[in-house]
Amino acid sequence: MTTDRILYLADEGNAVTAVLDFVYDWPNMWPSLWLGTQDTVYMVLWATIFSVLVGLPLGVLLVTTDRGGLTPAPAVRAVLSAIVNIGRSLPFIVLMVAVLSLTRFLVGTTLGPTAAIVPLSIGAIPFFARLVETSLREVDRGVIEAAYAMGTRKLTIVGKVLLPEALPGLIAGLVMTVVTLISYSAMAGAIGGGGLGDLAIREGYQRFNDHYLWATVILLVVIVQIAQSLGDLLVRRLSRR
Amino acid sequence: MIDAVGLHKTYRLKKRQVEALKGVDLHVESGEIFGVVGQSGAGKSTLLRSVNLLERPDEGSVRVGDGELTALRGSRLREARRGIGMVHQHFALLSSRTVAGNVGFPLEVAGVSRAERSRRVGELLELVGLSDKARAYPSQLSGGQKQRVGIARALAPEPKVLLSDEATSALDPATTESILSLLRSLRDELGLTILLITHEMDVIKRICDSAAIMENGEFRESGRVLDLIGTPGSLLARSLFPLPDNGGPETVVITYPRSFDEPFMSELTRRFDVDVNILGGGVEQVAGQSVGRLSVDMRGSRRAEALTYLSEHGLLVEEAGK
Repeated sequence: MTTDRILYLADEGNAVTAVLDFVYDWPNMWPSLWLGTQDTVYMVLWATIFSVLVGLPLGVLLVTTDRGGLTPAPAVRAVLSAIVNIGRSLPFIVLMVAVLSLTRFLVGTTLGPTAAIVPLSIGAIPFFARLVETSLREVDRGVIEAAYAMGTRKLTIVGKVLLPEALPGLIAGLVMTVVTLISYSAMAGAIGGGGLGDLAIREGYQRFNDHYLWATVILLVVIVQIAQSLGDLLVRRLSRR
Repeated sequence: MIDAVGLHKTYRLKKRQVEALKGVDLHVESGEIFGVVGQSGAGKSTLLRSVNLLERPDEGSVRVGDGELTALRGSRLREARRGIGMVHQHFALLSSRTVAGNVGFPLEVAGVSRAERSRRVGELLELVGLSDKARAYPSQLSGGQKQRVGIARALAPEPKVLLSDEATSALDPATTESILSLLRSLRDELGLTILLITHEMDVIKRICDSAAIMENGEFRESGRVLDLIGTPGSLLARSLFPLPDNGGPETVVITYPRSFDEPFMSELTRRFDVDVNILGGGVEQVAGQSVGRLSVDMRGSRRAEALTYLSEHGLLVEEAGK
């Protein structure tokens, strides 16, 4: 009984000291944490831009080339769908290694945040494309038919009916992609991509510095929360259903 | 205004073929309200969608106004479709656009300038009685209001023809009534030609000048509503005035194909000394006329004379078993 109690108090003392140590250590860590945060945001931002640039048209094509779509082309769709599935089925860490030579060809190096943008984009494009496909399928077919009956061109239907009607879903999908990219970016850190993940692995894991580990966890959680809240706010604003 | 000849359409499903249209001829006069009535699966939706070529028939031709639609493709077909408005059962409004944005959509697509668009949208919303809802979103409107927006949108490019795909089927009776009278007044004011499909006999009765009964991809009968009612054995008359099937061999069904002032029944008993017992019947306003059907049991030695008397006065007499 007595030993239990003493142990408990000692534990409590350790926990408090540990937290205080961590807080006092924060200013020392901040310069590299800030740099890591910037790198993470940089990687995720560019990878998001490329994912939208490629994933959005890809998602649109997956819907329009389907049977009963605006421009049915089953063969094209089968090929696109297969490509997307290949991209989706590779674990990100494997994909990163698999595209190393492409990364070297495009960026000139496989190290650093800029190099990490290549595998991040390739990983997120099929992910976002499927999310785009799902939200476009939610659009009421009656509305598309009505647009047809009004003599609307197919491209105009995509631009003025399909995409605007699916916008809340598209934004929600974008937020999911960003959150996934943040998690991928931490993995990219493992093979020298830079950013918070890199920091957690090098300082936290390999040099046994728990403070770095905790700090990166906190920062990653904060970044994801900010991304998700901004996205939710936007979706609520745009939702007219 | 609408002339469709020999329309055939077959859908090929995985295991079987469905013949949705088996050679339908449709003629709708300019300024007329033409109703096609039938059960679901009768092919009426395919027929309606063939008129603006949302479905291209396998055989047959469709003319709307002066142009043969079935000969057009691409941009010229799109152009022609703008002259044909369409109203949908589930409204088919864009949820991301305001009422004004929805009504302006077909004008935007047709490349009408912003200023001209907002002027037209204002007029159209006034026409359908929704001026105060211009900035509302469809989700904030009732079913009847949504359909008014749908109608305003269909009218935006100033079409000559309006197609209505079960426009009132998703609405309650009072709202249905108001939408139907809106359609009728639009026909009167704008000289529209309206082709509508419905499964509700009530719609035919209330606003249609002409009608067709469709079954299994074919017209069973078609023509002006009042003419059809005055035709012996008319399906339309039977559907409009369902009579109880409780009579014996002496039962006679008497149709009044227009309004009459004469008190025929008392006249019969006095003149021909027959006994008349009314088994069932109804009187309805159809195409602006009081029309009715009676099922009566008539007995007496001068029964045949009595029936001839009725026929001579323009009533339609159908005897049981004949």
